[in-house]
Amino acid sequence: MAMRNIWIVYCKELTEALRDRRTLITTFLVPLLMIPLLSAGFTAVMSAVIGKAKREKPRVMIIGGTDSPAVGEGLKQYPKIKVVPATDDWKSQIIEKEIRAAVEIPNGFQENLGKGQAEIVKIYLYRGELKSELAASNIESYLKEYRDTIATQRLEVNHLPADLLKPFEVKQQNIAPPEKVAGAILGGIIAYLVIFMCLNGGMHPAIDLTAGEKERGTMETILSSPVSRTHLVLGKFLLVLTASLITAALLVVSMGASFTVLQKSHVMDALTEEGEAASQLTLGPAAVASVFVMAIPLAILFSAGLITISLFAKSYKKHRVTSHR
Amino acid sequence: MIEALNLSKRFQDKKRGEVRAVDDVSFTCRPGEIYGLLGANGAGKTTTLRMLATILEPTEGTARLCGHDIVEHPERVRKNCGFLSTATALYPRLTAQEMVEYFGRLNGLDSATLKKRIDEIFERLDMNDFRDRRCDKLSTGMKQKTSIARTLVHDPPVMIFDEPTLGLDIMTARTIIEFIRECRERGKTVIFSTHVMREVEKLCDIVGVIQGGKLLAEGTLEQLRQRHGEHDLEEEFVKIVTPHYVPETV
Repeated sequence: MAMRNIWIVYCKELTEALRDRRTLITTFLVPLLMIPLLSAGFTAVMSAVIGKAKREKPRVMIIGGTDSPAVGEGLKQYPKIKVVPATDDWKSQIIEKEIRAAVEIPNGFQENLGKGQAEIVKIYLYRGELKSELAASNIESYLKEYRDTIATQRLEVNHLPADLLKPFEVKQQNIAPPEKVAGAILGGIIAYLVIFMCLNGGMHPAIDLTAGEKERGTMETILSSPVSRTHLVLGKFLLVLTASLITAALLVVSMGASFTVLQKSHVMDALTEEGEAASQLTLGPAAVASVFVMAIPLAILFSAGLITISLFAKSYKKHRVTSHR
Repeated sequence: MIEALNLSKRFQDKKRGEVRAVDDVSFTCRPGEIYGLLGANGAGKTTTLRMLATILEPTEGTARLCGHDIVEHPERVRKNCGFLSTATALYPRLTAQEMVEYFGRLNGLDSATLKKRIDEIFERLDMNDFRDRRCDKLSTGMKQKTSIARTLVHDPPVMIFDEPTLGLDIMTARTIIEFIRECRERGKTVIFSTHVMREVEKLCDIVGVIQGGKLLAEGTLEQLRQRHGEHDLEEEFVKIVTPHYVPETV
């Protein structure tokens, strides 16, 4: 009898919820569209910004070094940067983003190199600015190349083996399976999204089923029926729980689907040079299922909390309705 | 059968302090009788009926419906009565039929009985035209008919109506009045509140005049007329509720 009444209330609330446009949107549409739109938008913007920054030849200045034409000439030939004539206000030009970076060649650089005296070459950049950092790293990679050439020449002159300066190589090798790498990255995001979606999915039904009932004046109607107050609340609670779980489930499923699509379309490859972490952001069916199971207690808590809070809304009407039995 | 025994309801109001909405009201209403609760707005009619329907808990006293105590066994009381008031709206997203079905199921009717009941009621109240129309698309009269079908679906022995004709056009109001009379003919106990004198004259077997939460006079129309020496019910009502009565000069 008890189960029957709870079931009757639940079925009726379900019928009503399925006819309510706002419930349908918050429960079904939002979780289904949120992740694809977010991830597609995010990757589109990111690849556009980074791609543009990589395509653009950053303008840089060479300060000093007039007595060392070789390194200056080399920088001018280097295809990844564009050297512009030096001016005195180079610092403010970097700040104003007129140029992206500047490199300072100390006086008598070439001469000192010949004598074997170590020199410091300074690269000026605007830290935190993507294009400036790219320019600086381009300058640095040229200078390293140049340094290596000089080192090799010196070794040759002295008839020494080429590997004298590098007795051995160091390399990192990943042995974690791809899912684990993805798990570590996704673990943090999914937890937050699931919490948010459980709350979001239950919110509108909870308000509609309690405060909404008062607002539409059906509270007194239902309270005049013989159904016990406990069964009524349980039926309503189960519906809010259902909505909350559906929302969370749809979110996880749509997340799994969008990552698979993203991986197939190679959009993310543009972002990471090796394409390693990005192409492995996959959620297997087992992972989807376990996330869902973990969301259940959370959804129960949220549903109960939301109903409780919503019941207080508009409860101070002319007469207070009893809640006995 | 309704027996109200020293029914009282007090509210705490911030401005007015303690408000005695219903004060020590006792009356009896027998099967096959229509009891009319007559009173001005705010006299305590609705509060009394809401207590009988177990929507409100009495502060003091109690009442029995078909032998069930409203405080002890509210669920049994609700099973035995149909309650209709201006505050009992319909679920806007359900159709008229779904609305009535829902309340039939909550009253424990099985599918076969429910179907038979619904067909019968919809036929009698002439509701087949808007059977599958959503309640928010119904006219006021259609809504009221659906509400009545809802209170009737489990065939309760006691019917409680709180101003059932409020805001209705003459034709729909007549249908409702006709229907209340039919309830009496079927041997049901009917209590209803109103401030329309004509309805009282047309329907009521026993009238209770309520003012300031107190039941000031009670009896058949004939008894009240004799007691107060008035033939016009309106004059009579004013005479009962005003302590220093001055007759209206014509």
